[in-house]
Amino acid sequence: MKAGHAMTALVALFAAITLAPLLWMISVSLMQPGDAGQFPPPLIPAEPTLANYRELFAAQGMGVFLLNSLLVSTLATLLALLFTVPAGYAFAKLRFAGRTATVQTLLALLLIPGQIGMLPLFLELKAMGLVNSYAGVLVPWLAGIIGIFLVRQFALSIPDELLEAARIDGASEWDVFRHVVLPILRPAVATLALFVFLGSWNDFMWPLIVLSDQDLYTLPVALASLGRERAQDIELMMAGSVVTTVPVLLLFLALQRQFIGGLLAGSVKG
Amino acid sequence: MSRTGVEAERRAGWLFSAPALLAIALFFVLPTIASLALSLTDFDIYALADIRNLRFVGLDNYAALLADPLFWTALGNTLWFVVLGVPLVIAISLAAAILVNERMVAWRPVWRVVFFAPYVATLVAAAVVWKYLLHTRYGLVNYALDTLGLQPVDWLGDPRWAIPAITLFVVWKSFGYAMLIFLAALQTVPRELDEAARIDGAGWWARLRHVTLPAIAPATGLVAILTIVAMFQLFAEPYVMTEGGPAQSTVTVLYLMFEEGFQWWNLGTGAAVAVVLFVCILAAALLPALAMRLLHVRRT
Repeated sequence: MKAGHAMTALVALFAAITLAPLLWMISVSLMQPGDAGQFPPPLIPAEPTLANYRELFAAQGMGVFLLNSLLVSTLATLLALLFTVPAGYAFAKLRFAGRTATVQTLLALLLIPGQIGMLPLFLELKAMGLVNSYAGVLVPWLAGIIGIFLVRQFALSIPDELLEAARIDGASEWDVFRHVVLPILRPAVATLALFVFLGSWNDFMWPLIVLSDQDLYTLPVALASLGRERAQDIELMMAGSVVTTVPVLLLFLALQRQFIGGLLAGSVKG
Repeated sequence: MSRTGVEAERRAGWLFSAPALLAIALFFVLPTIASLALSLTDFDIYALADIRNLRFVGLDNYAALLADPLFWTALGNTLWFVVLGVPLVIAISLAAAILVNERMVAWRPVWRVVFFAPYVATLVAAAVVWKYLLHTRYGLVNYALDTLGLQPVDWLGDPRWAIPAITLFVVWKSFGYAMLIFLAALQTVPRELDEAARIDGAGWWARLRHVTLPAIAPATGLVAILTIVAMFQLFAEPYVMTEGGPAQSTVTVLYLMFEEGFQWWNLGTGAAVAVVLFVCILAAALLPALAMRLLHVRRT
């Protein structure tokens, strides 16, 4: 049991170092402006204040960016589910000519990073009049190949007999999908929704390219832009980081079992 | 099943997959192929204003790139990130996975969540935090060095230290994900095998070396490939922490593509950078698999 205690202490130390940056971020965000710029750096706010948050929301328009991010991530999640869940099911369970070839092509496409086509995609969206709009930001989330495979992997375990029985009872293919398949797929759909929501919330490069109006900025783009103007204001920047990342950290904490389970299932396959 | 049933299933198959396939074709495959075409043109701000200014230039963009010192700097920087980052990520995530998987350790689910938290944190926000953690005078990292009696380091201001500093951040940000891959592999190690080794008198270290590590070799390859690919895609880190500086010491290949394409609107040159990046990532993803296969062939 001695060895167990020593090992637990070691892991706890490791964990404390891992968490330190995030805890420090929260602590500094509550310090009086200017207090963090000393040596030795203070760890705990001497006189805790919400002044930095007030400044962010009253003068820097953080509330707008927060709503923008919520809107973009919610829409990205809904659209991704709408496009990928039926496709994932079709590739797993429906027999149609060309299915195997399509699945193999999609697998090969997984090797291509999305950034390769960013310049032409920008020109394409410009021609369609979608640059500097949320439609432009959302477009890549419609084409989520990984999501299709996540759903497909899960749908493969649905027994064929179940679908056949529903068909014999006279259910149309849509009824089978809606009333038999979707309820079974619920865990996969929830995991995918969580991934897309977090992914689109944290996304930076593409929104940075597509959005030029500051009113449309999502939190990461707004925070990076603020960082270039107010680099000296450590406490303000930490408050901005808290607003940007704490929502997704809380979401992760609330649903961590599902999140880690989904990732483990995905990586075993890979 | 009836003929109409087969027909209905076939139709449903295409109807259900058509929206996703259309989106993939339109917003992923087409732009990727167009990148290749774009890289053979002199598409710039004039062509952006009037497409008639566009000319086909063959491989000129690639020739110009190969003659550009900044391109070689970016490529060298990216490789430096790979060389530093891959072993660090493997070592730290493997250590974390072994500890979290060890039955003697208490509260294991808690540690798993803690180690994974940085991976979920918003990249830009975390990069902002680390920019201040690495601050020369007020940063916690230099404070820690000071308490250990070491000299402070100008992490993000010294061209020699900027890449190791950003690598440190990237490792912190991503080791939780690699840890999960190792955990998944560790859970496939048969418990009986471990027990048998224990009964035979093998110690903790011997069991780790002869039972656990051989079982997770494939996972190590996977983590290596994923980390290499991730290192080739570094963009937000230098954008937020250093803006590519000091003295262009943290300009990555993707950062160069962004600057050429969206800062200077040299979309032809930018597309050429994208194609080079694609070749690098493909090579990085396929070479280890190829090497492993060769090694395997020689052994058997």
